[in-house]
Amino acid sequence: MLKDMMPHFDLYQPDTVDAAVTLVKQLGGDGWVVAGGQDSFDWLKNRVKRTPAVVDISGIAELRGVTDNNGGVTIGALTTLAEIEAHPLIRERFGLLATAAGRVASPQIRNVGTLGGNLLQDTRCWYYRGGMDCYRAGGNMCYADTPQGQNREHAVFGASRCVAVTPSDTANALVALEASFVLRGASGERIVPAADFFVGPAVDIRRMNALREGELLVAVNIPATWAGAEFYFEKVADRAAWDFALVSIAMALRTEGGTIRDARVVCGAVACTPLRLTAVEQALSGGARDAATADRVAPLASRGAQPLGFNGFKIPLMENLVRRAVRGGQA
Amino acid sequence: MAESIDAQAEARRLSRREFIKRVIASGAVASSASFVMGGMAGCAPRTRAALAGAAERLISIDVNGELRRVDVLPQETLAMTLRYKLGLTGTKLSCDRAECGACTVMIDGVTHYSCSTLTHMVRNRKVVTIEGLRGADGALHPVQQAFVDELAPQCGFCTPGQVVAAVALLQRNPNPTREEARQAMAGNLCRCGAYDSYLNAIMRATGNTGEIHHG
Repeated sequence: MLKDMMPHFDLYQPDTVDAAVTLVKQLGGDGWVVAGGQDSFDWLKNRVKRTPAVVDISGIAELRGVTDNNGGVTIGALTTLAEIEAHPLIRERFGLLATAAGRVASPQIRNVGTLGGNLLQDTRCWYYRGGMDCYRAGGNMCYADTPQGQNREHAVFGASRCVAVTPSDTANALVALEASFVLRGASGERIVPAADFFVGPAVDIRRMNALREGELLVAVNIPATWAGAEFYFEKVADRAAWDFALVSIAMALRTEGGTIRDARVVCGAVACTPLRLTAVEQALSGGARDAATADRVAPLASRGAQPLGFNGFKIPLMENLVRRAVRGGQA
Repeated sequence: MAESIDAQAEARRLSRREFIKRVIASGAVASSASFVMGGMAGCAPRTRAALAGAAERLISIDVNGELRRVDVLPQETLAMTLRYKLGLTGTKLSCDRAECGACTVMIDGVTHYSCSTLTHMVRNRKVVTIEGLRGADGALHPVQQAFVDELAPQCGFCTPGQVVAAVALLQRNPNPTREEARQAMAGNLCRCGAYDSYLNAIMRATGNTGEIHHG
């Protein structure tokens, strides 16, 4: 590994969102936006991606913090994962997100890594990150989806030339909580539901989300819908710290008199986007939150899965995570 | 000639670490430093039509309570600045990819990987490195002393980062359980595998001797 300086880039440090949006527009495609930098600097250090200019938005105070929003919350995109994990309002209303944020990477990364950066980070497929000329990088092949391809961590759903998976832990929690993302560009602001924000390779193989060039993710709104509901989050990874999920699950549940009234169940690291398990959600509705229901709905989790050479284990893993989520953690 | 013999004699009298520090501090290493910092392909500063918000190169940063004036490249990481421009070589560079924790420093009281922080990002913030932990009289920080007492480090390369992470933990939570300490130290790797010794040292530093476990 190279341990020298990154190649030169011009550095801009705007103080306001307006200034940042103007800068990004002026720089055209040349401005790489950095917040915590924990994804960006690896690309630049490894020379796999290069940029003539970096726009460091980490000093924009108006993008930090958590505020009450009619029983929900609005979270500035630069709020760090450590702040989210510890924030009383988020812990009280949306413990699912606090737990997910606390399972990201390592303490040092959570101290600097932002919610926006965790949502917008690029995939961890090592062929792609290693600089191979794969489909996602503009080439004409997928190195992971070959008989010898090392695809233990890759997708079992939604492959379309590319088999990379979403690396974000918080994205799954936010899709479960029906959050929406506030995007600001030179021509104004638009709001996109979390479920529509993440896109798979069939929609756009070069990007993992609906952010357009020149736009910044400025805030995340979580509505009151699931505030104080029953939650379950679990991330299975090879290492307990500083690792990406093999499979993760985020569940929000409302029960009434022992009966499940409504549920949102989202799996991470099985597709390019957070994967809503709608069949499981529907089957949960009206059932009791017990072992019998867990066993009944678990097989629905993996319906339609298409494993690659080395990731068939993700299918029973998904099913078991659904089982554990419904039971509330017991094996 | 006489001068160089003097220098050699002095070098023999000094520890290797002190000698290297003095060389960096004296600026005698400027030519090789500029090789590292500015001589790499693609690192040469270019000019570009200035847009509003462009970073100044000459900045002041607060390191260990001192305001240090330093010329910083736009793409320079804090680990590079600390080690090669300010002579603070206690901060180690190992993976240079925010994975191992050897470069851990405190910024405004919380731990950061200095290899993955731009120096320009820490203007107006307080940086504390391993060098900043000792007392005014030069005494070891209680956490450092506990690390010594527990023979915690083996090869020692990850130790400055481990000490900084432990001090940051104890500032936030003066009496952590062993498990809480384990979680807080999860961002610092040790290739010698001395994790249990480090946890013993943290338990010693907090006076929680009941949670010290010797193999």
